[in-house]
Amino acid sequence: MTVLIKNGRIIDPTNGLDEPKDLLIDKGKIKALESPGKINIDTGEKQSIIDAKDCVVCPGLIDMHVHFREPGFEYKETIESGCRSAAAGGFTSVAVMPNTNPVNDTRSVTEHLLSLAKTKGIINVYAIAAITRNLAGERLSEMADLKDAGAIAFSDDGRPVMNNELMRRAFEYSKMFKLPLIQHSEMLDLTEGGCMNEGIVSTELGLKGMPAEAEDIMVYRDIALLEKTGGRLHVAHISSKNSVDLVRQAKSRGLSVTCEVAPHHFTLTDEAVRGYDTNTKMSPPLRTISDVDAIKKGLKDGTIDIIATDHAPHDIVDKQVEYQNACFGIVGLETALPLSLKLVDEKILSMSELIKKLTSTPAGIFNLSSGNLSLGNDADILIFNPNFEYSIDISKFHSKSKNSPFDGWKVKGKVIRTLVRGKTVYPTIEN
Amino acid sequence: MFKLKNILGTQCLTEDDITTILDTVDSFKEISTRPIKKVPTLRGKTVINLFFEPSTRTRTSFEIAGKRLSADVINIVGSSSSTVKGENLIDTALNLEAMHPDIMIVRHALSGAAEMISQFIECPIINAGDGYHEHPTQALLDLYTIRESKRNLEGLNVVIVGDIAHSRVVRSNIYAMKTMGMNVKLIGPPTMIPLEIEKMGVSVGYYLEDAIPNADVIMILRLQKERQSKYLLSSIREYSNLYCLTSKFLEKAKDDVLIFHPGPINRGIEISLDVMQSDRSLILNQVTNGVALRMALMYLVLGGNNDRTN
Repeated sequence: MTVLIKNGRIIDPTNGLDEPKDLLIDKGKIKALESPGKINIDTGEKQSIIDAKDCVVCPGLIDMHVHFREPGFEYKETIESGCRSAAAGGFTSVAVMPNTNPVNDTRSVTEHLLSLAKTKGIINVYAIAAITRNLAGERLSEMADLKDAGAIAFSDDGRPVMNNELMRRAFEYSKMFKLPLIQHSEMLDLTEGGCMNEGIVSTELGLKGMPAEAEDIMVYRDIALLEKTGGRLHVAHISSKNSVDLVRQAKSRGLSVTCEVAPHHFTLTDEAVRGYDTNTKMSPPLRTISDVDAIKKGLKDGTIDIIATDHAPHDIVDKQVEYQNACFGIVGLETALPLSLKLVDEKILSMSELIKKLTSTPAGIFNLSSGNLSLGNDADILIFNPNFEYSIDISKFHSKSKNSPFDGWKVKGKVIRTLVRGKTVYPTIEN
Repeated sequence: MFKLKNILGTQCLTEDDITTILDTVDSFKEISTRPIKKVPTLRGKTVINLFFEPSTRTRTSFEIAGKRLSADVINIVGSSSSTVKGENLIDTALNLEAMHPDIMIVRHALSGAAEMISQFIECPIINAGDGYHEHPTQALLDLYTIRESKRNLEGLNVVIVGDIAHSRVVRSNIYAMKTMGMNVKLIGPPTMIPLEIEKMGVSVGYYLEDAIPNADVIMILRLQKERQSKYLLSSIREYSNLYCLTSKFLEKAKDDVLIFHPGPINRGIEISLDVMQSDRSLILNQVTNGVALRMALMYLVLGGNNDRTN
């Protein structure tokens, strides 16, 4: 099967490309990249031409932080539905967090997940395994076994590792496997019972706050431990100004720290919680405008390495309840691209810099070969129209869940086609 | 004319709304002093008291208010743990609405519950307290009681003392009092003052004696003893030493200061018995006026187009 993508604006940060080019895919691999019109093929049974006029053609997006809920919570999302949601959002690779039931803390669960992904998944699915058994924060998981089964990183995401000694040992132990630890940074004793950022809005709404310091303290603790042990730390969904500053300082000291931000944390503030829409409830919570500004600065100066969605689907039964009783999190995959493109409009990032944070940089942090358009690589490709305006409609989500605060938002930037190994996985699924 | 369908909080009430409500209370207050305390104003109307949290004073007050207006009042006492077991909050509300009530009075332990229900049902809702958010009828009856004594609300200095963070009464009073041009000062230990509350247009202090001399109204809040376990208090003893309103504190107060407490009271912890029973205390007037205020509010929410007092 040969596919020619014509007339597109090719953006490939790894190879420093941002120019009009035609791209040829053969047998699922990137075969050629040439000036427009230089590659000619006939359309036929085994050959097709995609016109990417007005579109950006770039590596398929990579989201290193998703919750696909399988096994255990299939009513919220499955590997299959999660992959469709990802494909619709322009993602060709995702890494699933281990807070399923059972938890992904043993070889058999990792193997099960990856085999499910092979048969049901239409995109590349990577597994992040637990740091501690059953996410209980008491004993280390069998990291050697987990790595051998395919785990690419470790995290207790959804929960932080609270115990300092255990975290120190986790850094040390994981060092021998050269895999990063991903921390959901939250001092739980400071956030107990909390459901939104602490500040004037929580005060007015009478909701218990989750102070930004709960995040900052753990980010600092992990940096301090890392400095001693020399492992690798990836700070998940950074949301506070001081945490961004801490990561910036740690990087300037040469420590192996990376971090990610979720689109909602640079798009919304805690003002969105007014009205008690439970789709504004996430952890970490939506913070203030000064945090949003600090995040944008961190994205611009490189302190924040990547954008990851923290895709957290929840069924209506878990969200259509009292604010305090609602589950944390929102569907992220299908709104990430248009929300992130606002950063380009606001001149915080160039188009190429944005795409880098969604492709080659996450690939680098997690040691994946994808995220670029190098010849010979798998043709995992996103074609999107950056100027196409439309309204977000949650009822059209491919995710099983519809929990999003962005329903009805007018946005710019639409996924036109997503290909994995040369085959279209969105808007249709090629066999 | 009064156009509000729901009374979810005082935050969304204008000065005109509040004045209309308080003016309407006057004509209802007299009914409760009659030998036969019943008027046909809401005859044939159904009022559901939907209380997901225990309450004696507020529930009874709404019930009596409804009955004195000849409404059929139904009390439902539920649990707020709807996600743990039992019915979802919205389903409960939808089921009750299917029986065609005319007003639902909602009390819930969690903030935002009344507002959330209001987004799913058409029936008018009066919030009878949601978590630490709002308790509008309490604030309105407080304002009415103050106005009865002081005639004019504008410019009055109100001091509210105690656990500000965990009080819906405080938030509703702040909104309503600011709207009416009053000055609000909050007094309590810093552990019980929520972050950035100054942005609501109030001032904050930690020592009761500093606030007393200037006060026209002192409102004492109930201390919930279980707050000790959340590190908010060193001891009840020390709290009392700092914040219990005693006659000694009152020596420095204006002669015509008014003393309020939304109840229930911990005698001797936040207010001394002699102050509670002094002629400066309007604590029982608050309760009496609560019935009239709630009668007025139900009348207004249902359109206020009947001849109300006959």
